Amino acid sequence: MSRRVAIVGVGQTETATKLKSYTHPELAYKAVRRALDDAGLSLEDIDAVVYGSMDEFDGINCPDRWDIDAGGGWHNKPFIKILTGGSTGHATASIAYQHVASRVFDVVMALGVQRVGENLDAQAVLNKAFNPLFLGDFTLGSIDGWALLTTMHMAKYGSREEQFALASVIDHEHALNNPYSHIKKKVTVEDVMKSPPVCWPIKYLECCPRSDGACAVIMVSEEKARELNRKAAWIRGVQYIVCTPYYGDRPGGVDWLNLAMAGKRLYKMCGITNPMEEIDVIELQAPFPIVHFLALEALGFCEHGEAGKLIESGATRMGGKLPVNPSGGVICTNQIGVAGLVRIAEASLQIMEKADKRQVAGAKKALAVGMGASRGQYQSVMLLTKDWN
Amino acid sequence: MEKDIIEVPYTWEIPFKYTAGEVLTKFFYELKEKRIMGIRCPKCKRVLLPPRGFCEMCFEPLEEWVEVSDEGVIGAFQICCMKFLGAPEPPWASGLIRLDGADTAILHFIGGIDLSDIEKGKEAIKIGTRVKAVWSDAPKGLITDIRYFTPV
Repeated sequence: MSRRVAIVGVGQTETATKLKSYTHPELAYKAVRRALDDAGLSLEDIDAVVYGSMDEFDGINCPDRWDIDAGGGWHNKPFIKILTGGSTGHATASIAYQHVASRVFDVVMALGVQRVGENLDAQAVLNKAFNPLFLGDFTLGSIDGWALLTTMHMAKYGSREEQFALASVIDHEHALNNPYSHIKKKVTVEDVMKSPPVCWPIKYLECCPRSDGACAVIMVSEEKARELNRKAAWIRGVQYIVCTPYYGDRPGGVDWLNLAMAGKRLYKMCGITNPMEEIDVIELQAPFPIVHFLALEALGFCEHGEAGKLIESGATRMGGKLPVNPSGGVICTNQIGVAGLVRIAEASLQIMEKADKRQVAGAKKALAVGMGASRGQYQSVMLLTKDWN
Repeated sequence: MEKDIIEVPYTWEIPFKYTAGEVLTKFFYELKEKRIMGIRCPKCKRVLLPPRGFCEMCFEPLEEWVEVSDEGVIGAFQICCMKFLGAPEPPWASGLIRLDGADTAILHFIGGIDLSDIEKGKEAIKIGTRVKAVWSDAPKGLITDIRYFTPV
């Protein structure tokens, strides 16, 4: 029987295209130091470290080796590395959770480090994720793939470019409240619509930046959480799912039926029957507006094809019924292999009431959604709660 | 710090050779003859393109080859308008194309049209548009033997 697990500490670094003041392990150290301080723990208290990063963005074969020391490598600690494409950060947290839930360890740190700014063109790196036998020649990597899904959504449901633009506007609006956000700039729907097309229908102001950044999250057993007696966010449930890389024959076409299945599993696990009424806030790993649409629809916050209307209603804004990305999300900060872990960190801060200017008042249930492998081949969901029941 | 932080330049340039396996090797040899071959699942009867060794739905091994048309329909598209490392000079378009006789779509370039005006370009290749393969004059047994698909 698995046991309950709580998040008791979060450490994030600032983000920028290049954080030139630190080397890779120094950046990792900064996040670890902050997480330990936040939890009131020392390195000796950590039983094991689960590390996540995507090697190729940083141009390092096994950056985990560089960062072992920042994860307490000199101190007889188990240290393991996780990589599941863009969802690496979320998966890293899931495995750290299982380390504790399984009763193998009492205190585990999930650590993510990524320096997307080290490469000169992230699309060229992403391109290498596609099968070179029949895909690599025809794709940039990420932006064009999300553009394909955007045109499919527009054709199937009549979604409009202005609706996608609005999702980006709201993320930008929220990012102004987040000291860790990379992009801090107010934009309007008109600004987005007038910004140059990158891969039409995706425009420049709808694209995530390339960000450097690190994040660490400390998880503990229920017994340890009671002993520490600090603010905590319960990990009420985690689910993940995958989808075929042959995206020309994905079931459901544009609709994310796989994420919907993972969502159903999570809701069942957590006793959620009406997500729109029961969940207070979402942190969503959405590097482009189309991901807002596909995820909100798949996870049952509206019907398929209705996300544009939901966003236009104001529900996803701060102060709305279901604020999405109080942090400003991935459209404003993308430390790719860390972005999924940051969603969990930010959702935890909401539950622990430590989100300062971006706090959603009274948040009791926060959903963190991870996404990876450019077309959503890896998808994962975690529910963080204030109370267990 | 008063002085600029040093950045050390580095480039990865390492050649690889990716094994095509028996199934894709046959597909590539047929492409050289300007024939596009799919592979049919004995259970769900879908004709899969690109061909592969097993049906990921039914989990059956695949061996029944089926020729599909070099004409089909656009199921999704995008128009890339910026220059990226290693990518073609913009503007260029790509899309998911379902060829007649296949049950799945492939990703490929869409070309032979003027993309300099996006408004006109997106109408010319909108979802549902019928397209046909434009073949290389000197096929080599690679997926790029089809240069692009163009509206019929």
